[in-house]
Amino acid sequence: MKLTGSQIVLEVLLDHGVDTVFGYPGGTALNIFDELYKYSDKIKHVLTAHEQGASHAADGYARATGKTGVCFSTSGPGATNLVTGLATVFMDSIPVIAICANVPDSLIGKDSFQEVSITSVTMAITKHNYFVNRIEDLEPALRDAFRVANSGRKGPVLIDITKDVTAAITEFTNKEPMPLKARPQISDEDIAEAVALINEAQKPVAYVGGGVVASGAEKELVELLEKADIPVTHTLMSAGVVGYDHDLNLGMLGMHGTIAANRAIDQCDLVIALGARFSDRVALNPGRFGHRAKIVQVDIDKSEVNKNVVIDKAVVGDVKDFLTKALPLVEEIKHDEWHNRVDGWKKRSRVVESDAPLHPKEILDIISDKTDEDTIYVTDVGQHQMWSAQYLKHNKAKKFITSGGLGTMGFGYGAAIGAKMGCPGDRVIHITGDGSFHMNLNEACTAVSQNLPIITVIMNNQVLGMVYQWQTIFYDGRYSNTTPERKTDYVKLAEGFGAKGYRATTPEEFEAAMDKALKADGPVWIECVISREERVLPMIPAGKSAEDMIID
Amino acid sequence: MYKPLKKEIVSVLVHNQVNVLTRVVSHFGKRGFNIDSITSSVTKDPDLIRLTIVFSATEQSMQQIITQTEKLEVVESVHVLNRENSLYRELLLLKVEAGPAERADIKAIVDVFRGKIADLSADSMIIELTGTPEKIDGFVDLMETYHVLEVCRTGITGIEANINEL
Repeated sequence: MKLTGSQIVLEVLLDHGVDTVFGYPGGTALNIFDELYKYSDKIKHVLTAHEQGASHAADGYARATGKTGVCFSTSGPGATNLVTGLATVFMDSIPVIAICANVPDSLIGKDSFQEVSITSVTMAITKHNYFVNRIEDLEPALRDAFRVANSGRKGPVLIDITKDVTAAITEFTNKEPMPLKARPQISDEDIAEAVALINEAQKPVAYVGGGVVASGAEKELVELLEKADIPVTHTLMSAGVVGYDHDLNLGMLGMHGTIAANRAIDQCDLVIALGARFSDRVALNPGRFGHRAKIVQVDIDKSEVNKNVVIDKAVVGDVKDFLTKALPLVEEIKHDEWHNRVDGWKKRSRVVESDAPLHPKEILDIISDKTDEDTIYVTDVGQHQMWSAQYLKHNKAKKFITSGGLGTMGFGYGAAIGAKMGCPGDRVIHITGDGSFHMNLNEACTAVSQNLPIITVIMNNQVLGMVYQWQTIFYDGRYSNTTPERKTDYVKLAEGFGAKGYRATTPEEFEAAMDKALKADGPVWIECVISREERVLPMIPAGKSAEDMIID
Repeated sequence: MYKPLKKEIVSVLVHNQVNVLTRVVSHFGKRGFNIDSITSSVTKDPDLIRLTIVFSATEQSMQQIITQTEKLEVVESVHVLNRENSLYRELLLLKVEAGPAERADIKAIVDVFRGKIADLSADSMIIELTGTPEKIDGFVDLMETYHVLEVCRTGITGIEANINEL
């Protein structure tokens, strides 16, 4: 059949099972949005307040559902507003496709109104991008984009389409999605060598990252841990892949990781890294990371091998493929002595709090207690994010949505909207700080328009807490630009947006507000007043090792 | 900590499409690598272009940039040229001030290097020379005794001397 470029865009989305997209219209995107109008029974377009919100929403949707997130924008500023969102998904390896319209081909390169070469701008933060100025290239580019975004290590892809192409007509037939690129084959020798190291180890630790979530290997992971009695530590990206109360779970690793996790990596004789990339927030001092241990790394991305830390045995492949093949060969064993030492470290963890009436841990405990295990927690970036990683009772993969690699303040509200659109049956709690929230709280209007019962918990300490904490510890308390003296009234502001707002200064008030929020059928904000002196602890300063951990 | 730098030459086969050179070059820049020279040329397959890139890196970081480059969608293959077993050539154009008094001496040097006088004017000449980068370096060094006006080098192109197809 003969279709226009705009119809082809939407038909290819339908071929890939896309039913929800996020975006913002504009002059060059008019043809595409005209088709979105006509396709509104098949594809739901969620209009956000800002394209950045749309990009984070597509991201949150992808993280919560495991499907590909899709966002739309017009040319120029519309396209550049997607940049932070694309960089966020690039760092966290999330499959997102951004579709931008550009000025007509006849105006390209002439500094036309709202013209930006977005493919040039996003080259460094996408897996690949396409500039389409010929109708015959459109369908192949769109289909290829889904293949690229979801093959190997997942990530963002951008397609920039000139306006004339969105109106041009060509022949089109619906097709099945292209097969993904073949995953690397893991050889029997690789399995044997890695398993030999696991079987020989006396003091093993598994270090698991977002790759476990991406490959859906939670079940196999727990089987391995239990069969060979291996304690496990997770990164920010993989909170929940092992239940928080599992006997072998040491909690999070790295800069704000637990004492047990960091000590275990320091003292172990084998690190089994699964879908994790030894980032500078985990391997703070790469030369000291697991320095007594052999390191086995399984990762689908070959370039992660020896990037930050030198690896003894690398297996390039999918984590689930590896675990499935390795499990039958792993010996059933108990490491009692090691287990006891690790348990000793676990007991040493303690919470340090200010003498203010409401503490971050109390807030997060109340949230955990009042929500079920299918609840999706979405955070912004900063202290509240680390507290959420540390204290929430993580039980399942894909239920903790946070900007790990890029650390994007302002990520949360958009991502929460995306997560709720993707998983309407699941409760969504958006946990933020007063700093992050001020960046993109405009998306409240989207949550109201879509009538999304997202509960936003704002930990208001009146400062840009994480930077403030560093200034306290490393800059002799010179609080340069971290005490904004804002007078925002969150209750009134929420009401101004058409949402509900509550304020809590004690645990009792917060519990009462949560009870009301959980019954609401639209968005609710709860401002929680906490002390600016609350710190995220433990902390290992950048570049240092477990021995330099600040505990109180 | 001092890490010795190695000069490496990689042959990168890429898809022949708009922006492909930018993608590869900016990728090197993004990962903190400086390119010493790069040549881009057609291959027997019209859909593929060969980039010959010379850069300096430590052993570990070299592996990094190679595996990172392999991930680019436009890259078909990345191959580190085996130094002992490859042929490298570079083209030099060098303009030197040369009046009647210097012409014969310079001509003698050019002949030893099997170069050509590509252009001659009353007070200058342009010398054309192809050869290994080392040979070109040697020639340029020798010419320092004269008043060199301009130097243009193409950068290295290289090919492995075995039966394998890249």
